[in-house]
Amino acid sequence: MQVLSLVFTNLIRHRWRAMIGTAGIAFGVAAMLTILAIITGAIGMFQRILASDSHYLVFERNVSDLFFSSVTREQVAAIRARPEVEAAHPVLFGIVSAPDHPVITCFGIEATDPRLAKAEWRAGRREEFGVREGEIYLGSRAAEFLGARGGDTLAIGRGSFRVGGVFKTENGFEDGGVFLPLTEAQKFFHRGDAASVVTVKLRDERRGAEFKGGLEAAQPGVIALENREFNSTYNSFKILNFTGWAVGVCAFCLGGLSVANTMLLSVFTRIREIAVLRVCGFSSRQVAVLIFGEAAVVAAGGLVVGFGLGFALLAVLERVPQFHGYVQANVEPLVLLGIVGTAFVTAGGGAIYPARFASRIEPAEAMRYE
Amino acid sequence: MSDPREIVVHAHEVTKSYDGGRIPVLHEVSLTVRTGELVALWGASGSGKSTLLHLLGGLDVPDRGELAVCGLDPRTEENRLTLRRRHLGFVFQLHNLIPDLTVEENLRVPALAINRPRRETAARIRELAGQVGINHRLAHRIQDLSGGERQRTAICRALLNSPRLLLADEPTGSLDERTGATVFGLLKDLAERERITVVLATHERRFAEACHRIIRVRDGRLDEIAP
Repeated sequence: MQVLSLVFTNLIRHRWRAMIGTAGIAFGVAAMLTILAIITGAIGMFQRILASDSHYLVFERNVSDLFFSSVTREQVAAIRARPEVEAAHPVLFGIVSAPDHPVITCFGIEATDPRLAKAEWRAGRREEFGVREGEIYLGSRAAEFLGARGGDTLAIGRGSFRVGGVFKTENGFEDGGVFLPLTEAQKFFHRGDAASVVTVKLRDERRGAEFKGGLEAAQPGVIALENREFNSTYNSFKILNFTGWAVGVCAFCLGGLSVANTMLLSVFTRIREIAVLRVCGFSSRQVAVLIFGEAAVVAAGGLVVGFGLGFALLAVLERVPQFHGYVQANVEPLVLLGIVGTAFVTAGGGAIYPARFASRIEPAEAMRYE
Repeated sequence: MSDPREIVVHAHEVTKSYDGGRIPVLHEVSLTVRTGELVALWGASGSGKSTLLHLLGGLDVPDRGELAVCGLDPRTEENRLTLRRRHLGFVFQLHNLIPDLTVEENLRVPALAINRPRRETAARIRELAGQVGINHRLAHRIQDLSGGERQRTAICRALLNSPRLLLADEPTGSLDERTGATVFGLLKDLAERERITVVLATHERRFAEACHRIIRVRDGRLDEIAP
């Protein structure tokens, strides 16, 4: 459609207005990308913590958050005793504080936990994990922001621990966290013999239903969910995701209003020009296409600029030491697609009224008015 | 013996008023224009010339009466669009070109409306621009042109899609005497060369007298007088 060639000409003629509209969309794109990438990254990291070398996650039934879940030692033993189970690893989650660092995630794990085997040890040895009392182990990012090295003494909460080792893990949450042997963690957090969750690896993944049914029948206080099932049902993930999209869409609405305002201003200042187009044979539809085309190009420009801004911001955030490595952006194709769709829908929505107004301009009336 | 030339404009007892009938502009006017005619609607400002041209061009619709332009009733949107795209060209007192665009981009506008092939459009632009002497100005912006050049550009734009009927509303009204005469001469020559019927609204007697027919417009009524 040759009419569209006018779209670029018009935008270049009114470049400042076009740039304002583009900036509106760009900020929306950047905001949505940054928020969703951080949230998705955070959820991903948490999922990887839970799914470390396992198929199932077992935790207390009807609990609002995993931090409040309690799976007792007897229940862990019952899980391990099941014939379908190859390995079960209890994990206790807690929050500890250190001077200047009020919130640090603490993981209480056993020495056999696979995440210790996978980690790259920078100080200390894996075999010594939990051997000596009063030792704490640090993720490499945590060691960095706490300024601690192997053998140092560290004030954690009201206690004092010797750093037994430092290791690097690929997971930002783990790498920015501290680790205690499970029994030490249970004592520290006054949790008796309870763990928050148990990650379960089956001998044969196909026997998952059998494991789940058998376990839940024998231990009605716990629930076993496949990792992907957990990811889609866990309320905190849902809330985070929803919040991310909601904030992003709100940012976009502001962008849409900016497009609407820009396009409307553009139409109002071109009433005579649009009348001339109509006199020259443009149909109402072609005039509307022109306005929507301009909005679409503004949206496309906003997407390019916004993605550039968003990715740059994410790259900076991932490197800010104050975030302790907790920002591990994860940009999923679906999120990108959602952002692209939202940008075009917002710009298109913003252009509806201006396009409607423009397409209804009666040439004779517009000429008389001018 | 009846005139064998095809009727391009047929208006019978056409009435038009504004503001819900409170401002009557045309009172049951009748007019027939045939192919190749150069007809002047001559009258003072506010006499109804422009309104009649707008009705003929489908820019406005009559309240009452019969109207057919190039065989189409301009009362329907579809016919109005066909007329503007295929059969009519407009030239206004104020050139009504799009500022910031170059002469060539302005001339391309009617071709965009009908998706005319680019190469064909470019050839037609060169042809018309050559005829009115603005081919050296094609790359210039409208604001860089003189009044006469702007009006010549507007005439080229009106003729781009080779219309059958050219409606010119005071095309020399904003020009000085000499430039006005030049532009009118060009308009007349082009119309004859391209065999286009022209209805010209003017308040200047000298231009009306140079037309084939003069129709005086006074208080919304038409009255044919000898040229």
